[in-house]
Amino acid sequence: MANGVGTGKVTVPGVVLGGLLAIFVVISTWLFITDRYWFTELSSEHGASLDGVFIAVLIVTGIAFVATQGLLAYFVTRYGANGDEKASYWHDNPKAEMILIGGTALTLTILVFYGQLVWYDIYFTDPPEDSMVVEVTGQQFQWVFRYPGIDGEFGERNISLVSPTNFIGLDRNGAGADDIVALGQMHAVLNQPVTVLLRSTDVIHNFHVPHLRVKQDAVPGLTIENHFVATIAGEYEIACAELCGANHYRMKAALTIDETEAEFDQWMEEQLPFQ
Amino acid sequence: MTTHEEHAHPQLGFVRKYIFSTDHKIIGVQYIITAMSMAVVGGILSMLMRLQLGWPSAPSPTLEGIFPTGFAGGIMAPEFYLSLVTMHGTIMVFFLFTAVLTGGFGNFLIPLQIGARDMAFPFLNALSYWTFLLSCITILGALFVEGGAPLGGWTAYAPLSALPEMGPGQGDGMTLWIVAIALFTASGLMGGLNYVTTLLTMRTKGMSMMRLPLTQWALFITAILGTLAFPVLLAAGILLTFDRIGGTSFFVPAGLYTASGVAVEHSGGHPLLWQHLFWFFGHPEVYIVLLPAMGIASDILSTFARKPIFSYRMMVYSMSAIAFLSFIVWGHHMFLSGMNPILGSLFTVTTLLIAIPSAVKTFNWIGTLWGARIQFTVPMLFAVGFVSTFISGGLSGVFLGTSASDIALHDTYFVVGHFHLVMAVAPLFAAFAGIYFWFPKMFGRMMNMTVGKVHFWISFIGVNCVFFPMHAMGVVGHLRRIYDPTQYLFLEPVYGMNQFISIAAFILGGAQILFIGNFFASIWLGPKAGKNPWNATTLEWTVPSPPGHGNFGPELPVVERWAFDYGLPGAKEDFVMQTEAPSRVESGSG
Amino acid sequence: MPTITQEVTTVPIPDRPDVLDGFGPPARPPVDAGGGDEGRSPGQGPAFPVSKGRLALWLVLTVVAMLFAGFSSAYIVLRAVPAWENVALPGSLWANTFVLLGSSVTMEWTRRRMAQGNTASAKKWMAATTALGMAFLGGQILAWNQLVNAGIYLTSTLHSSFLYILTGVHALHLVGGIGALTAITVQIFKNRYSASRHEPVTLCATYWHFMDGLWVYLFLLLALA
Repeated sequence: MANGVGTGKVTVPGVVLGGLLAIFVVISTWLFITDRYWFTELSSEHGASLDGVFIAVLIVTGIAFVATQGLLAYFVTRYGANGDEKASYWHDNPKAEMILIGGTALTLTILVFYGQLVWYDIYFTDPPEDSMVVEVTGQQFQWVFRYPGIDGEFGERNISLVSPTNFIGLDRNGAGADDIVALGQMHAVLNQPVTVLLRSTDVIHNFHVPHLRVKQDAVPGLTIENHFVATIAGEYEIACAELCGANHYRMKAALTIDETEAEFDQWMEEQLPFQ
Repeated sequence: MTTHEEHAHPQLGFVRKYIFSTDHKIIGVQYIITAMSMAVVGGILSMLMRLQLGWPSAPSPTLEGIFPTGFAGGIMAPEFYLSLVTMHGTIMVFFLFTAVLTGGFGNFLIPLQIGARDMAFPFLNALSYWTFLLSCITILGALFVEGGAPLGGWTAYAPLSALPEMGPGQGDGMTLWIVAIALFTASGLMGGLNYVTTLLTMRTKGMSMMRLPLTQWALFITAILGTLAFPVLLAAGILLTFDRIGGTSFFVPAGLYTASGVAVEHSGGHPLLWQHLFWFFGHPEVYIVLLPAMGIASDILSTFARKPIFSYRMMVYSMSAIAFLSFIVWGHHMFLSGMNPILGSLFTVTTLLIAIPSAVKTFNWIGTLWGARIQFTVPMLFAVGFVSTFISGGLSGVFLGTSASDIALHDTYFVVGHFHLVMAVAPLFAAFAGIYFWFPKMFGRMMNMTVGKVHFWISFIGVNCVFFPMHAMGVVGHLRRIYDPTQYLFLEPVYGMNQFISIAAFILGGAQILFIGNFFASIWLGPKAGKNPWNATTLEWTVPSPPGHGNFGPELPVVERWAFDYGLPGAKEDFVMQTEAPSRVESGSG
Repeated sequence: MPTITQEVTTVPIPDRPDVLDGFGPPARPPVDAGGGDEGRSPGQGPAFPVSKGRLALWLVLTVVAMLFAGFSSAYIVLRAVPAWENVALPGSLWANTFVLLGSSVTMEWTRRRMAQGNTASAKKWMAATTALGMAFLGGQILAWNQLVNAGIYLTSTLHSSFLYILTGVHALHLVGGIGALTAITVQIFKNRYSASRHEPVTLCATYWHFMDGLWVYLFLLLALA
């Protein structure tokens, strides 16, 4: 009886399984290193650092992925049963384990720090003083955008004023007299900071602008602030990213980043007759 | 002694023996078959979803005949799609995975592997199954009530779930959903009570905790997790029910109104409270599903590697660490919920902390295969498939656990791909491995291994074709729970991928028919199995297949060693049963 | 079988770690072959120091504790929202609390008398416990009545919602407890228990004390709003 002396055998199922794993690793790697399936074109200032975190995590997990799946593929190919030959009898190696645990912990610690620096930058930095404030209200199944108007102040909202034309119950007396309300359309100016105040009047929605890397829940009862600076002019899609009901899939809006202040002002003026 | 046994367990009629049985083996099989039936329903729902995603709003008169309201006018209604989403998730998470892994394998294996004659409380055990069956009927009922099944997803976020006026299915359908989950919770708690008590007090002589097979450790830890997590879901469900029918406002803030401008009569609550309570339960639930799968896969890997599991102790410690940490990571589901961003940072740290024990387990599985003599049986193939999908899904979790990279990926198909690989496919593969492995012990016959191999190869290729590309779709930005992705231009690059995934999913789904056919045909037609067809070491393989009532002969077995003596140098065979006394090994080595 | 632990050293060790090609972890001598064991000799059963019944009871109490932990965390979170509004607790809750504390004391006396084999005395205290338990439940209904009379309903404020639900869910657990108390009272009066055999009494006592403690906790939580 061979007491584990021997080398194991390369078996057919082993090769097939190992080969499949290898093919899988190659295709997966290809999926993520070609830019065929990649983020939408980056169009905001803060987005670059977010994409950077993604790439850092991608590199780390990519290496781990190739290494572990690769080893798995190698071992299943290499160590098939060989007659009544025995496997080697070992089942502990504290030193190797400590090295692997330590390595994993260290890598993850670095990732956490890097990721949290970016997170901190985005969530703990106040928007600039001069940023344009837009109130964004999500409701089944539309986005309502409100600009404070010339006085720079939002008017009161009152639920009793809600009507088929007044989606958010805006009180036109007082500060609300000059508020500009636009349905499904938002405009902002290139390279100028924008602060959005997210609200909801029914269920939870999520204000998502993929190109700007903006994604934030709009929660009823709360006003959640989010800010960004768009770096490329153009027209962008706004989606609702939190399941909000039957027509969630078409709760979308358009964001136009105007190249100049003048274009923006012109749009504002165009909105006035509807108010 | 034998006559005493017969006296103690008189012959029971068919109904008492196979239907209203208190025998843990029958209850385990009942759980497995019920869960399989639920999986068929959940699987068909997902096929319908894939149909819509691949070919949005394609007219289908056939389906209109089957679902007159869901396909009114021949085209799937958006609310019908969302009710498919909700029901698929709920059925698969609770009624398939939780049920089959803890209810099925837990009941069947615990007494057999620890050397007990039955569970500590057999009647409670039967009650647990019947409550589970009732909850299955209740959740399926949600599909047939006015307005259909709820459309809020399995997470049932408030206020959507709290306000019936916010959508079809949020009325009676949602109420039935809550009732079903409450019943399921009760059933799970009864089971957990039994598992912990049995595992602690009824182990046979010599079966110390550190000699338990890893499946048993996993089931033990899972039962504790369930005991701690399920009641919180129950509490949340009670509060939600009061919000829905009692007029309270725990989860509903003031000042809401419907799309038609009708004010909602609630005041003062907080929607994020639901998410906190739900995920405090929900994340441990992930591990309630995953830990038994890990245990089963570990034992099967070692068995067919013919080599001891690598680092048994670390396996136990890492499972315990995962279980503990699972209670302090729930906020990583809520990075973008408006929760305080400082909490986002804290939850990132705890989440990546949980990656360490998960990595340990992966290393140990791979270490187990190092220098092995692998027998590529069907259970082994599925166990290796488990490790591979666990690695894929586990690593993509790092992106989502890091709050900064979660911003782009939150609520996209990246998440869908991640959790399907790690907590649907991996547990599914472990469950398949377990069923192929213990089928002979359940029914005394082997399953057809050729069909089993075909089933594995199609499934393994299939799941990687279906779920891995979803990560790439998520990077492009494909939102989850979207009825029609062609609404968005920025998703144009992945329209084609949706069709590819749908086709792969249909093939994958079709391949499961092989399994179901194999399972039921083999109960009657499979080749007879001996006591120990796999040359495994644990106690259930010392008794006939299937074991009689009371499991063991007149004397309970005495355990002399751990469960992983494969390839022990000096032993006659390449495995040594747990009951084998050391002297026997020595003589074998001579 | 006392000589078992010797087994491992007698197992031959292969000359060379076979499969590793000089790479990777060395094949450690299987010093703990049959390992994973914590040195318990196989002759000893893994006798667990707690009975099945007691263990099961502890698990049930863990479930109850987690259920109320869920409610408590909801309470604490919502306590901080601006819309929170306190209501006055009905005065009878104080009296009820003393009744329940009293029932805990009588339950404990029952248990001790039972352990001493003093069945006659245990009968009295058991009956008293059941009566006090029922009195507490009656008192809770009275308290709800007081609330309704004061115009405080389930939906009035978040505080009142919690007040009704927490007292209600706690009362449901007491209904179960009183079922057990009643059953045990009947058994005691039938002289089914003795000093050596009265586990149901001790288990019931544990459950009852727990419910008592839980009530004091809930009462403080609601009162200190």
